Parts: sequence; C-alpha cells; structure tokens
Amino acid sequence: MSVHPQFAEELALYALGCLEGDDRTALEKHLEECASCRRELEQSRGDAALLALSASGPRPPARAQTRLMAAIAKEPRLQNAEVGSRSPRPQWWAAFGWAAAVATIVVAAVVWQQNTKLKSNLAALEGLSEQQRVELQRARHIVDILTAQDAKRVDVIPVGLKAPPPEGKAIYSRQNSGLIFVASNLLPLPAQKAYELWIIPTQGAPIPAGVFKPDGHGGAMVINPPIPTGVEAKAFAITIEPEQGSTTPTMPIVMVGAGE
Amino acid sequence: MAQVYARYSSVVYAVALRVLGDTAAAEDVLQEIFMQLWRTPGSFDSGRGNLAPWLAVITRNRAVDVLRKRRPQTEISESIVSVEPDLADETDRGRAMEKVRAVLKEMPAAQRSSLELAYFEGYSHSEISEKTGEPLGTVKTRIRSGLMLLRKAVEAQ
Repeated sequence: MSVHPQFAEELALYALGCLEGDDRTALEKHLEECASCRRELEQSRGDAALLALSASGPRPPARAQTRLMAAIAKEPRLQNAEVGSRSPRPQWWAAFGWAAAVATIVVAAVVWQQNTKLKSNLAALEGLSEQQRVELQRARHIVDILTAQDAKRVDVIPVGLKAPPPEGKAIYSRQNSGLIFVASNLLPLPAQKAYELWIIPTQGAPIPAGVFKPDGHGGAMVINPPIPTGVEAKAFAITIEPEQGSTTPTMPIVMVGAGE
Repeated sequence: MAQVYARYSSVVYAVALRVLGDTAAAEDVLQEIFMQLWRTPGSFDSGRGNLAPWLAVITRNRAVDVLRKRRPQTEISESIVSVEPDLADETDRGRAMEKVRAVLKEMPAAQRSSLELAYFEGYSHSEISEKTGEPLGTVKTRIRSGLMLLRKAVEAQ
C-alpha cells in the first residue's frame, strides 16, 4: 500500500505541525480511515524528530539541574500524602530499570531459543548439503567415466563369437522422468540419417526420446532427453530417421526392448 | 532522574533554545518537560522509539506553544515518534545528526528556511507563504521534499 498522492504534502506539513484550516480537517478525516497514510505520518514525524535533534547549542546551565532536582524532591511528599496508606510510588527510573531488566531477560531467552533452533536447523542443513554433495560427486564421477574421451568400450562376449551384435540398454524412471540409454556395436548409418530412440507408452503413440549417431566404435549414449513427465513406458525402440529426427517412427524398427 | 537528565538535558535545552531564542524561557521549558516526565513516566512508550527523538519532539511542541503564547496543544502521551534507524546509541545519533546538519547546510536556502519557519518558529504553511511571498503549493512541496532529504540521509547511513 502506498500513500495517497493527494495527501503526501499535507502529511509532511501535519507532521511538522504547520498544517491548518480546511486542509488539516480533510487530512485528519482521511487519516481515520487510511492505514498507509497513518504509517507515512508516523514516518514523517520521525523525520521531524531528526530536524528537532539537529538543533545544537550550549549545555543547560547548572542552575537548571539544581532547580529541577529541588522541584522533584518536593513531589514525592505531595504524592505520598495523596495516596494515603498506599506504599510509596516507586521511582520511575527504577521501574524503567526493572522493566528494562525483565525485557532484556525475555529477549535474551527468546534469542537463545531461536539461536539454538537455528543452530539445530543449520546442522541438519549442513548434513543434508554434505550428503547431496557426496551424491552429486558420485553421479558426476559416473558421467565423467561414461563420457570420457579415453573411455574404452569393450564388449565381453562368449568366446568363439566373432562380432558382438548391436545392443542397447535403456534405464528409465517414470517417477524421476529420467531416461539414460547406452548402445554399443551399432551399425553405421546411411548419409544424413540418425538413430532415434522411442518410448512406447502403455497408451498412445510412441514418444520421441532423442536422436543420436554412433561413434567410430558403434557406441552411443542418450542422457535425459526432453520427455513428458509421468509416462508409463512398456517398451523402447530404435528407428533410423532423418538427422533432425521425426515425430513419428519410420518403419522398420531396428531395435526394440520391453520393460521387465 | 539525575542520569536521565545528564544524558538528555542537552537535547531538550538545545531544541527549546532553538525555538525560543531565550535562555530563561528555554530553562522553563526544560524544567517543564522533565517534570512532566517525572510525574507521568508512562507517557513515554519505549516500544515506539527511543527517548531522545521523543524528548526532542515534545520539547519542540511545548516550546512552540510557549512561543505562540498558547496552552499546550498536545498531550505528551499522544506524541509518537518513530525514527528509523533506531538512534538509541549516542554514537549512532551523533553520526545521524552530522548527516542531517550536512543535508540542511547543502539545502537551498529557501527550502531550509521553509522547514525552519514551520518547525522551529511554529508558522503555519499559509503564514510561511505570506511571509516568503512564495505560492502555497511551492511551500508545501519544499517542506515535503526537505523532509524526504533528511529521511534519505539517515536511512543511507
């Protein structure tokens, strides 16, 4: 909420105590129903206090203090007489001191409590953060190995088998909407063609899940392609498509695998 | 009370003297303010600010009443003064006041004069307009923007 602009100047004048006449009446009426202007007035009074505090001058003469203390010395006797049998009125600064002491204890207790809670929260957050850091480091390490330039991809196949067949592994998590696909021994592609991975959902049309080309050893990888969330997959398939990919698979399907 | 007086009497006396320009009258206001504080200690609400700005404002109000020879216009318990940042610490207050004085010094003379006429001499906005020959709207704008400059100076510290 902001101050009503038509009253902005009047609020400043009012805070300084120099607004008079109809303007003052109109503003006072408005202040009764406008909280934001009341807040601004309070702030303007603070500004006026700055102006007041800017006044500087000599210290009051010593006689002023003597006069004040003499007047104060007379007052308690008068007040005790007025209150009759009641206990003497406590000295106000003593009351102020006690109130300040109590307030300090309360504030200290609250601050201590908050501090303890914050420390506990901080410790929990630090623990969580450390755990996440370790997990992230492990995940990064796995990705680094899988994608390293010098990574050797070796297929371990039964002795006597001359060439291993093309093979792919899709790891899919519906809950995390994540898909990792790793293939090996893929056959070389015709010019301007690429492999495309498809999610075959339990319902509906196949969903494209990334276009890829095998490297010189027939290896390829698709990590977390953009896919819709919450898809229930029943199988994964690979087709050969134009390099830019397709929205529907072009037959034939060259590789396919169903989930467990 | 002796401690409170030692700490704040300079503020009260400086404001009273600034408004009244007369040491005897300023001493009277000083006496009146501290006696009122003595009689009604609950009139100061520490939850709404600290003592120095509050004393400065009620002193100014009382001194202007004296200047204009009128009965007190405001009960001191009705005076709410909230200054941000809090100026309870004397060092902070001293630093803030240096800034405020610097801003006042750099302010165009006409603007400073409008503020001072309003606050320290108790003139109404229409009286300031008559006295300076400036349009009423100009006086209002000058006063508001002058106050804003003070606010910014202290907020920036």
